[in-house]
Amino acid sequence: MAYLTDLKRARGMGSAKTGTEHFWRMTVSSVALLLLIPLFVFTVGPMIGAPHEDVITRFSRPFPAIVAGLTIVVGLLHFRGGVQTLIEDYVHGTARKVSIIAMICVSYAAIGAGLFALVRLAL
Amino acid sequence: MADVNRGNRPLSPHISIYKPQLTSITSILTRITGNALLISTLLIVWWFLAASAGPEAFATADGVLTSWFGDIVLTLSVLGLWYHTLAGVRHLIWDTGHGYEVVTAERMGLACLIGSVVLTVITLIFV
Repeated sequence: MAYLTDLKRARGMGSAKTGTEHFWRMTVSSVALLLLIPLFVFTVGPMIGAPHEDVITRFSRPFPAIVAGLTIVVGLLHFRGGVQTLIEDYVHGTARKVSIIAMICVSYAAIGAGLFALVRLAL
Repeated sequence: MADVNRGNRPLSPHISIYKPQLTSITSILTRITGNALLISTLLIVWWFLAASAGPEAFATADGVLTSWFGDIVLTLSVLGLWYHTLAGVRHLIWDTGHGYEVVTAERMGLACLIGSVVLTVITLIFV
């Protein structure tokens, strides 16, 4: 270590050059969610606590089903990006990689489960 | 040059020495609400799965979400959801290069806090 020059130590520690892609994805998904979230709250919200038949009837119609599906997909992809930033700020080393991968897998699993449920409800 | 002390150098001040301010609190609330929303998201996905599985499964999931515990979780989630949405709008405004004056930033922070409560009340009335 004592024989390393400052230049040698600094090399490779610069920008990863991929941050703008993450920022842009978060921006685009946030704009999409700005429209989806109010629609989701007011189409899905009233169904919580409603009779089972009403729930099936509502999500057999295209609009509520598409709104629910889009919100689940876009919302969880937005969460995937956000939780990665959270972990990068507070967790270090191998635990960082493990928790980022785990949370991304949780996001994917929730998307898969949500879409499966919506398809089964609609058909 | 290579043998300078790199161990015990003073570090720049970090959050622990600063007084909490409206801007810092509204910033960390954005992160907390956004990440905490995973809980209600998973509950809603479970509710959809149960609804698609049949009446018995639906009764269980719907019963949990409409219990007093579910009411607390969902009400807090709606508050967090509206807060995060408004805070996201604030970030979109900042991204255009506007609103960085302290007065404007604090005013928008206050708008997020008050707006989220107002939107939550509206949601609780209409949903």
